[in-house]
Amino acid sequence: MDLINAFMVLMNFVIVPATAYAAQLSLGALGVTMIYGILRFSNFAHGDSMAFGAMATILFTWGLQALGVSLGPLPTALLALPLGIAVTAAFLLGTDRAVYRFYRAQKANPVILVIVSMGVMFIYNGITRLIIGPDDRNFDDGARFLFTVRDFKEWSGLEEGFGLRSSQAITLVVAIAAVMLLFWFLNRTRTGKSMRAFSDNEDLALLSGINPEYVVRVTWIIVAALATLAGVLYGLDKSFKPFTYFQLLLPIFAAAIVGGLGSPLGAIAGGFVIAFSEVTITYAWKRVLTYALPDEMAPDGLVQLLSTDYKFAVSFMILVVVLLFRPTGLFRGKSV
Amino acid sequence: MSETARNIGLFGLVAALIVLTGVVQSWNTALVILNMGLVSAVMALGVNLQWGFAGLFNVGVMGFVALGGLAAVLVSMPPVGAAWAAGGGRVILGLLLGAGSIAAAIFAWRALSGRTRGVAVTAIILVGFFLYRAVFDPAVEAIESVDSASTGYLGGLGLPVIVAWPVGGLLAAGAAWIIGKIALGLRSDYLAIATLGIAEIIIAVLKNEDWLSRGVKNVIGLPRPVPYEVDLQQSETFAERAMSLGLDPVTASGLWVKANYGILLAIVLLIVFVLAQLALASPWGRMMRAIRDNETAARAMGKDVTRRHLQVFILGSAVCGLAGAMMTTLDGQLTPSSYQPLRFTFLVWVMVIVGGSGSNLGAVLGGFLIWLLWVQVEPVGQALMSVIASPLPDGSALRDHLLASTAHIRLFTMGLVLLLVLRFSPRGLIPEK
Repeated sequence: MDLINAFMVLMNFVIVPATAYAAQLSLGALGVTMIYGILRFSNFAHGDSMAFGAMATILFTWGLQALGVSLGPLPTALLALPLGIAVTAAFLLGTDRAVYRFYRAQKANPVILVIVSMGVMFIYNGITRLIIGPDDRNFDDGARFLFTVRDFKEWSGLEEGFGLRSSQAITLVVAIAAVMLLFWFLNRTRTGKSMRAFSDNEDLALLSGINPEYVVRVTWIIVAALATLAGVLYGLDKSFKPFTYFQLLLPIFAAAIVGGLGSPLGAIAGGFVIAFSEVTITYAWKRVLTYALPDEMAPDGLVQLLSTDYKFAVSFMILVVVLLFRPTGLFRGKSV
Repeated sequence: MSETARNIGLFGLVAALIVLTGVVQSWNTALVILNMGLVSAVMALGVNLQWGFAGLFNVGVMGFVALGGLAAVLVSMPPVGAAWAAGGGRVILGLLLGAGSIAAAIFAWRALSGRTRGVAVTAIILVGFFLYRAVFDPAVEAIESVDSASTGYLGGLGLPVIVAWPVGGLLAAGAAWIIGKIALGLRSDYLAIATLGIAEIIIAVLKNEDWLSRGVKNVIGLPRPVPYEVDLQQSETFAERAMSLGLDPVTASGLWVKANYGILLAIVLLIVFVLAQLALASPWGRMMRAIRDNETAARAMGKDVTRRHLQVFILGSAVCGLAGAMMTTLDGQLTPSSYQPLRFTFLVWVMVIVGGSGSNLGAVLGGFLIWLLWVQVEPVGQALMSVIASPLPDGSALRDHLLASTAHIRLFTMGLVLLLVLRFSPRGLIPEK
């Protein structure tokens, strides 16, 4: 039995990657939940908004690289992020002006807005592929690792160790900063408070003189920032491919629903639930168990509950369990 | 202009466009478009049942279509005896064990209460899962190692492929029942997300469960309900008839086979269309529309809204499954990697919305029109792009990029068409009466 080494393997293959993935999902789910809370529909175009944001950032990154700008060990994409966010925000605001505002004024049924967002998704998808193409793009030009498994082994003298990729560390730092900023904004500023009021009770908020169009505009800007962050961090950590962002829609929605649609705290919790379940269920536990169990009990097979091809099934299963037993989600979001 | 005249005009336009394709490109292409248009029309009728009649938002059309395709394989391919001998029984036993433990868990959940319930259900699921894996995994390995280059799967029942069409509907209906049970009765977006999920999972199963569908190795050479071109070319009577029409036998055999398919598909489309029309006009159809238009009022009138929704959801998905089986028969092969949500889910949605939600005639029109558009946007886009790119110098990067990306214009156009119709003509080309 060797619990320390078992834990190190677990850190390297489960805890660290799952935490980074959870942070990315949470940022995505926060965007979905914000739109749901303020605009009251499930935005199917969110995955492709993330792809658009990531694409805008990649284009600026290439521009900066061409100018010879570099952040040293950090990826240049971090410098391009604010520009990417600005472009995405303008893009989403333009979409709202051209598409969603009409249905808002009509007080259309939410399901119509969902279908409209599907049309928007098509268009975003087309635009992203038109501009950058459907292929994989790797735009991480910083240092690969903060420390590698080997560094850790040499430092600690253990048989096993864990490495920390810089993209994972950046994901965590940026995500934590973004979430803190978001909660500060929602809880402390006047605009944030009016947004929460609008989300809780639209009529009452209108009566107290809150300008709904202003609230909606601020929401889109925040959503653009969150989507771009999520898209860029996911792209840095894995790689940028427009189609994977469409596929992220399911885990992101699962995270938002598990946490309770409309609840920002819930979106973060949901992101962690989904990410950790996905990684633990599709991880082959053989090495961990070989260390953790006495020799005679060591497993022969891979001890993998589900193959990684079925990772979407995990989000789906969790979604099903939540829908069956607690349709409002962990944090009691809105249920209509 | 009267409504009938308008409708005849719209269908005439589609027919004219198909004939134009025949004249400009080739009659072969025109027939291919027509056949796929017939299949698309059936799919659109299925989605129209769900959305147009009942206001249910199904984003998993692709999954149900793929299940229909699986049915075509499972029914029509000859069984692989060696694979059945190697592990057929064990695979079925494993699946039964899995299903049995889920049933036992549900039973325990209902029968017990308090803390014992949670413990018992968890224990049943865990034990059941490991039992299932212990039986299932070795059986799968045994099956997949049977001549994996050409078979490596259990094969089908060896029945005529037409039998697969209703079976495809049944498979899809079964999947729809499970999803409906879970997600109906909650808010409308939940159904959308649940169907999005199940569609991805069905495709993942088809891609990865080689014992069932050969996965990404594809199943090719499905039996046909119509004669083969080669046989026709060798038949003297056929050759004579082709000659008398002034066609060479090779072209004629291709056209004749496609026309045969077209007739079969058209019969199915007609049956589904008539049934859907009858349903729409029946008291059941009126009740469905009443529920769609005002759920609360319908509930107050004593209608079991969730049950009705489940019913229509299953029916609509079954029609999609039927269309999926027809499509796979038409293709003659099952290629799991060709199922793309944009092509099979969202395109069908565009068909329904453009045609006119709630109108069966509209769904049929939308099926043909949007399919035609989908096929023809690419060559038209190619031409458009070369015009746009023509002022750019040869070999410039932007020019190459523009020319290379015409394929993505399709997505953009479809989204734009959907948004424009929703905005300016939300009732579609042939509005619901």
